[in-house]
This record gives sequence, C-alpha cells and structure tokens, in this order.
Amino acid sequence: MTPAEMLERDQKQRDQKQGEQDQTSQAMFGQCPLPIFDHPQIVLGHGSGGKLTAELIEKVFLSRFRNPALERMDDQAQLEIGGARLAFTTDSFVVTPIFFPGGDIGTLAVNGTVNDLAMGGAKPLYLAAAFILEEGLASAELERVADSMRAAAAQAGVQLVTGDTKVVNRGKGDKVFITTTGIGVIDRGTRLSADGARPGDKILLSGTIGDHGVTILSTREELDFECALESDCAALNGLVEEMLDEAEASGDVQAIHCMRDPTRGGVATTLNEIAGRSQVGMLLEEQVIPVRDSVRGACEMLGLDPLYVANEGKMIAVVAPEIADRVLERMRRHPLGRAATMIGEVIAQHPRMVLAKTAVGGTRVVDLLFGEQLPRIC
Amino acid sequence: MKYLDEYRDGAIAAKLVEEIRRVQTRPWVIMEVCGGQTHSIVKNGIDRLLPSGIELVHGPGCPVCVTPLEMIDKAHAIARRPEVIFCSFGDMLRVPGSNGDLFTIKSLGGDVRVVYSPIDCLKIARANPDKKVVFFAIGFETTAPANAMLAWRAKADRLRNISLLVSHVLVPPAIETILSSPVNRVQGFLGPGHVCAVVGYGDYEPLAKRFHVPIVITGFEPLDILDGVLMTVRQLETGRAEVENQYSRILGRGGNRPAQDVIEKVFEVRDRKWRGVGEIARSGYRLRSEFRDFDAEQIFDVAAIDTEESQVCISGQILQGIKKPHDCPAFGTACTPQHPLGATMVSAEGACAAYYAYGRHLDESELVTLGGAA
Repeated sequence: MTPAEMLERDQKQRDQKQGEQDQTSQAMFGQCPLPIFDHPQIVLGHGSGGKLTAELIEKVFLSRFRNPALERMDDQAQLEIGGARLAFTTDSFVVTPIFFPGGDIGTLAVNGTVNDLAMGGAKPLYLAAAFILEEGLASAELERVADSMRAAAAQAGVQLVTGDTKVVNRGKGDKVFITTTGIGVIDRGTRLSADGARPGDKILLSGTIGDHGVTILSTREELDFECALESDCAALNGLVEEMLDEAEASGDVQAIHCMRDPTRGGVATTLNEIAGRSQVGMLLEEQVIPVRDSVRGACEMLGLDPLYVANEGKMIAVVAPEIADRVLERMRRHPLGRAATMIGEVIAQHPRMVLAKTAVGGTRVVDLLFGEQLPRIC
Repeated sequence: MKYLDEYRDGAIAAKLVEEIRRVQTRPWVIMEVCGGQTHSIVKNGIDRLLPSGIELVHGPGCPVCVTPLEMIDKAHAIARRPEVIFCSFGDMLRVPGSNGDLFTIKSLGGDVRVVYSPIDCLKIARANPDKKVVFFAIGFETTAPANAMLAWRAKADRLRNISLLVSHVLVPPAIETILSSPVNRVQGFLGPGHVCAVVGYGDYEPLAKRFHVPIVITGFEPLDILDGVLMTVRQLETGRAEVENQYSRILGRGGNRPAQDVIEKVFEVRDRKWRGVGEIARSGYRLRSEFRDFDAEQIFDVAAIDTEESQVCISGQILQGIKKPHDCPAFGTACTPQHPLGATMVSAEGACAAYYAYGRHLDESELVTLGGAA
C-alpha cells in the first residue's frame, strides 16, 4: 500500500466513525448544529488560556449563548441600560497557595475583576463575591483573605455589595475558591475592544512581565525554588483613568483602541487574541520588553518563556501612533506604569500573527500555546 | 543579565554572520544535534540570519521526540494504575501515546506529577509510603547522572516504593547511524554541548576521523550557535575534519568524572529503539542487574507492550535531513501537533512541529526582510 492509500484508508475509517457518532447523536438529540467538542474529558490545558481554552469557549459556550455582547469576547461585556453604558464581568480565582508574596487570593479576586472592568474603559463601582469554602479551612485564614479583599476594594474605590458562601466536603475543594462579579460605568465616549487594533498603532506595556506567575511557581513546594520576588497584583483603574484623560486631552479618547490585562497565558496570549480579533499582524521588539532579572533567571532555569507567564497588575494598550508618546509619558508618571514601554507595533502584514524581533536580530513567531506552558527537559 | 546578555548581543551576532558569509564559498549542510540547540535556533530566529547557502538540519537530539511510542504506551499503562504516582519531566506530559497523553490520564484520576529533578521523587516516595512512585527516566547523557543518582539514592536509602522506567539514549551511535546512511546529506555537526559536559568529547574523535566530518561541540546561546556554525564552516572550507570545542567555558575533553562514575555504577549500555529511526545497536542505557529491583518495566510487567509506529510517517528521514516536512503526505493533514504521527511533530522543537507553527503562514523571504538580516 502506498502512503497515499494508507492515508485515504485512515481518513475513510475516521469519516465512518464520525458518521456513526453523528447518527447516534442525531438519533438521541435530533439534528444538532453545535460543533463537536472532541475531548472526552476536561484536562488542565482547558484552563491555560491557550488554544484548548479558546476551543472550549467556542464550542461549548459561545455556540450555545451567542449574542452581540458575548461575541465581542472581551474581558468584560459592555451593555447599554437606560441610556447608561455599563461594563459587566466575572472571574473565578483558584490559586494555590492562597497566600503568596505580594498578595493572596483575596487581593487577586478584587483586583482581577476591577481590572477586567477598567480594560473596558469603565469606572469600577460594585462587586459581588461568592466563596466556596472547603470544610476544615482555618477561620483565621478566611478572615485574612477577607481583610485583604477589604483593603484591595478600598484602594480600588469599589464596594462589595452582595455575596454568597457555600461549604464543600474536605477534599472537594482547595481551601477557598472565590468568584467575583463586577459592574462599572463607562462615562466617556471610549471605543475599546480587541477588534480595534489598526496597522500603525503602537503597543504599550505598563511594566515588567512574568512577576506573578514566577512568584506563584516559586512558592509551590514541589519546586524547591527560592527567589526574592513578589506578585505584581494591583488594581489598574487609576492608571487607566489617567491614560483616558490624556487621550481626551489630545482631542480623541477613541485613539486608544484596545486595552487588556495579560493575565493567564501572559502577554503572548493576549496579543495573539488582539491580532486575531483585529485581523492584523504585530511586530514586537523582544529586547525592550521589561523583565526583571530574577524572573528571567527563573524562566531560563525552568525552560519557560516570560512572554507566556501570567501577570496580575500589568496592562497592554494598543494606541494610535499620533498620541502613543503622550500616553506612554502619562503612564510613566503613574506608580503602576513607571516601567511602561512601547514594545512594538501593529502591522498590516501577517494578519493574525505576532512576530518578535529577537535580541540577535532574528525574527520568530510568538504563537498561541496549545495548552499549559511546560518546563522543557533540555 | 550577566552570563546571558553577553551571548545574545546583536552587534556581535551581525559580525559573526558577516564572517560566516566571508569564509563560505559554497553551500553546506550542517546538523545541530541537540534539541536545546534547535529550540534556541527557532526561538532566536538564527536560521533566518544565516547566509542562504548554510542549511541547518534539526538533528535527533530532542529526547521527547525520540522516545519510542511503545515506551510511551508502557509509561501510560503504568501511570493509569491506581497505586502509582507517576513522575515525569514536564514536556513529556503532552506526548500522545496510542491512547491519549499523561494529561488525559491525570484528568481521569491518575496521579501524574511534573518534577524538575529526579531526586524530588525521593521526597514523594517518603511522603507516600503506601504508593509506588515511578519516574520516567528519559533523555540523553545530559539527564543520565541525575536519573542514575535517583536509583543510587533509592537503593542506598532502601526505599522499596520507587522505580524508574528507563528510556535513555546516547548521541554518538545516532550520529554514526546518520553518517552511515547511503543518502546522508549532513556535512558537519554542531555537537551537543550539555551531553559533552557530562561525558566529554573523546567518543566523537573516531567519528570525525572515520567519516571525515567536522564536529564542533557547541553551546546553546545565539552567539554560541553562530560561533559553532562559523567554526564548522571554516573546517569544511579548509577540508579539515576535527572535533573542536566551541563551548570551552563549560567543558573540557574529559567531561565530568563524578557524573560519569554514577552513570557507570547504575547503568549499562544496551541496544535501544529510537522513534522514527528504529533500533540502533548499543545506543542507550538500562539499569544494571544490581538495580533491577528499581526497574519499572520488571515491576509492572509491561514488557509485552509492543506498539507499531505509523507507516506513513517519514520522521526518520526528516531527523536525518534527507527529507523536509512538506515532502510528507500526512504533514498538516493527518499529522498535526495535536495528533502527531511521528517523532518530529511530537515536541515543539521537532522539525515538523516547528514548520507547522512557523512555516505554514510565512513566506521565507518575508521573514528575512522583517529580521533585517537579508
């Protein structure tokens, strides 16, 4: 049998199997237009923010709930209610360990949702919080988490106005899971969305990358790995306000086209999402992307790429070239933007791809990862 | 950052490229042996910096790629057992066997853990006396000392609940296989720096002589690789065929004696199967008889698992630089990173996976323009 024949045979067998599956599902559920989610069970990679996550969201959720607000697929939904523009979002937090240098699950839960609202140009106003507590959790730990949430909410200027608690059997949770939902008001004429990037736009990054992810890694017991690092966990709404002020002062608040906080999956994943939604390419200067030496060192040792490591207090803005310098200057005057840098630009070539010029002068593709970033053996 | 930035300097890189261009008078095919070198080449865009007459062929030195499918199926059979804690290096978790990968097994309740050092398994074994801890000991000479140390310490500490699934391979027999092929195209090698840091490079001298081929033991940073290419091209252009050491800041001819001692005490050389290549005589390690009590293949009775590789896949020829991924009828259709048929699509640094990720959308000339190196 020639290779071509073998392939054909394989394909026929697959088609036949697929056909059988289709018939069974049709018999059971009638004709279903939903795409087939071909993973028999959920794996950790479905939570990585990479291709597997995108596939999960697309095939399981988006296909069922499709509507204009959801289809924008931004970090928050933007809604018009009674003439007011509102931003609305929700996020779950499942970090291990729950306390880490620079913050804890409580600060993350408040800041994460505040940031998702802020990236839509909204003033965050109110939060809801739902707690899933594991039987046996020390009450003192829960109080410590609640204290952190109070402090983070005060700092971000939001109020926690409603909530819920559930307790699950020991072993059915991991100390505490928190879901926060937030609402904010968009009181300027912004038009911020991942589909807003245009060729010529500049890509601004508010500071060093990878701090949060590497901090969490270093606290995991099995790694036996020590470094003097802190999570960058912070609320970005103050910084966003200043940036929008600057854009407004320059005469066009819509000249900031897109804002995102590069959390799980890191800067690389976020930029790929923007490039994909906007149908543009991106060209980064890898050398100018700020990374702390301790983070770089840890990533070199573990075989990780900081571009894919999570941040919790950083943001990316895609800005029209005319005002990019002004906005960057303004960012640098804010405590959370001191190390802000222009890391690259949006290009018309290579739509949906992110490229990076490397330090030695080569070019590489910064692709979306399939699942979790895995440490390499060599 | 010290010890890194010095080896990633764009100005020096440009000078090295210029020098390669100056020295080179005709096309040459050079293989980088090690997966870490391939990774660095792709990550830094080095292949796009080189003059067009220098062809880099990605060699068989990615341990994840060359671990035979049958060994992966054995690993999965063991990892599925309820009494087992299965420990592995991270990038092995996504490598599919005949039925899913270790992530799938984990999602179905298997206790699969990523370790950074094999020695971590000792701690896990002590903390879980009612479980059997199995370490998937794969890799080249580089990982052999630490893997050997695990067996050594487990025996010394009389830990009864620990074992190793060994699939260790050696570089020189692979180079010999490539050079012995009647259709070989490779004219020079960037030798594996970390492998030689352990075992030295004495074993490469007879190969260089017998096949009249330059072998330059090379490091992993961008400037190391450009320097290694330059040294290889200089040899090729002047008709020399020697073993040279580009990576002298790390290693000497003799390698690391204490590391060799522990390998010697724990492992012995045996024939090994390579994914995509087949069996190569005396090309790997197994545990010595004194350590048979720690051999997972014996303990879990998986010796009978004997999986055939896909017959369509041409990864063996790709690993040897004879064919390109696009020559394969399955490339990008039946064979993708999500559903790899063979070695070179398995790991991100495999040649097919790299072509799939980077080569699908791009015209080569465009990339060179963007890199500003044309």
